[in-house]
Amino acid sequence: MENKEKVQNSFKQIRHLAIGIFCVFMAMAVMLLYLLVDPTLSAFKFDSGKKATTNEYVSVPESDADFDKIENGVHVRTGFVEGDGLMLVVNNCTNCHSAKLVTQNRMSKERWLATIRWMQETQNLWDLGLNEEPIVNYLATYYTPTEEGRRKNLNAIEWYELED
Amino acid sequence: MHRRKFVKKGTLTALASIVGADIVFGKNLPIDYKLLGLQDPDPFKMFNKDSQMVVLNDKPWNIEAQAHLLNDTITPNKYMFIRNNGKIPEDIDLANWTITFDGESVKQKKTYSLDELKSKFKQYTYQLTLECGGNGRSEFNPPAKGNQWTIGAVSCATWTGVRLRDVLEAIGIKDDAVYIGYHAADTHLSGDPKKEPISRGVPMAKALQDETLLAFKMNGAAIPLAHGYPLRLVAGGWPASASGKWINGISVRNKVHDGTKMTGTAYRVPCNAVAPGDKVKDEDMCIIESMPVKSLITSPKTGAILKEGKSLDINGHAWAGELKVAKVEYSIDFGSTWKTCALEAPTNRLAWQHFSATIQFPKKGYYEVWAKATDSKGIAQPMVLPGWNPKGYLNNACHRIAIKIS
Ligand code: HEC
Repeated sequence: MENKEKVQNSFKQIRHLAIGIFCVFMAMAVMLLYLLVDPTLSAFKFDSGKKATTNEYVSVPESDADFDKIENGVHVRTGFVEGDGLMLVVNNCTNCHSAKLVTQNRMSKERWLATIRWMQETQNLWDLGLNEEPIVNYLATYYTPTEEGRRKNLNAIEWYELED
Repeated sequence: MHRRKFVKKGTLTALASIVGADIVFGKNLPIDYKLLGLQDPDPFKMFNKDSQMVVLNDKPWNIEAQAHLLNDTITPNKYMFIRNNGKIPEDIDLANWTITFDGESVKQKKTYSLDELKSKFKQYTYQLTLECGGNGRSEFNPPAKGNQWTIGAVSCATWTGVRLRDVLEAIGIKDDAVYIGYHAADTHLSGDPKKEPISRGVPMAKALQDETLLAFKMNGAAIPLAHGYPLRLVAGGWPASASGKWINGISVRNKVHDGTKMTGTAYRVPCNAVAPGDKVKDEDMCIIESMPVKSLITSPKTGAILKEGKSLDINGHAWAGELKVAKVEYSIDFGSTWKTCALEAPTNRLAWQHFSATIQFPKKGYYEVWAKATDSKGIAQPMVLPGWNPKGYLNNACHRIAIKIS
């Protein structure tokens, strides 16, 4: 008797589980289908009055895979070059200002670290903990100074015929 | 039962990973929501800037001109550089905008509305040169950190407003006044409402000059938002950071103003010259006051090709901070010989001056036309980079354009 009940119970459990899994898969299938039609999930955005603003912020990520896409060695969304520590830098250094303020600069390891300390002391940058070392290494590797001399040649000149 | 729970949790994770990007982005939304409104993908439209302007940074917005865009005698908005330290304020309520005068050295605290300022005090218009202290930073070696301005962080528009001096005199300032410091409505990049992105100022002597204005018009119209609407302190000839935008307060201090970006290395250079790359202690850094003598060839655009035998007309502007420009010369042989340019007087003190020349080239080949201005004290622009400093300020090295004679 007891055994039979046990077996019935397990059958019940298995059936519940199967239904559960089935539902989950169905839900995911529906989601995926929906994403095919409306990849930016625009139907879920707030009221249309704010549409101009919201459109701007959803227009960037087309899907998860594209969001952190790397093309020709460059992280498309931020312009950072690909390398060890890239995502740590993306996640810690583009919150307040854009990546452009970082990628414009060339510094030694020591000066990158000093810049981070300055932001921590005066600009509310958080403690980077164990991420500090790989972040500084990334910056000092890919955004390192080159010897430029006291005055450079004029470069990237776009030549044109001057009309009178 | 545990297993089912696990399944549930797994579903959430799965769902989150499908819409992950948007959830992550969504988290930023409440904080940056308004800012993103200003982060319109087309800054040129948003700020009415010419499409040839160069965006150095899009958060915060920092945009510079190119030499040939600055050819107008009075810089129109579309060619005016933008330097922001924080986020541009929004929802500006003109009717309720006020400016409060306080600090150790005011006789009494006083608040004016915009209308009161406009009706109680006489209005003046001056053409004033505003150059970012870091204009030219990109050339320093070892590189100096910050936005890498090339040559386009300078403008000379007309500004209309009341004299700061008239307002300070009406309020009454004590004998121990040393400095004024501005406070403004822009907000810190970190979102911390207690932090001022920038709060700089000038010594009393500069504050009390005729040309130091509380301005509400630029080039005869309301000041564009990015340039300080509705009220800007304008102190021509000094680093443009002294000309606070969106100001709602002036503190009259009995000591050197100690607001954000007045201390440390900001807008300071070593009191005594240092070797390139040297470390400089904060106490050995001195505040930049007047900007140095400088000039820009604004026509033709670099890269012009001319037929042999044709002459070339050049023109541009020269300025010298608090001083006048006494002379502008040009050279087509890398400084071996110099010829004098025609030079106009400034419209008013602290406005840039226009120079021009007609150049003959001796034969075919590649040339560079270099311009060199000299101020009324006999100090000229250097052809190489001037003294290195940690933050890369005050690069007034000669400007040059490339020319080919074919
Ligand atoms: C909590 C906000 C915040 C975060 C996060 C942050 N910064 Fe900054 N950073 C600032 C502010 C504010 C400035 C000053 C901006 C200005 O004056 O234009 C700044 C300026 C800079 C500058 C220019 C320095 C100068 O002297 O002008 C560099 C380079 C920089 N940040 C790099 C980084 C890097 C690398 C990271 C990641 C480790 C980072 N930032 C993360 C707030 C932040």
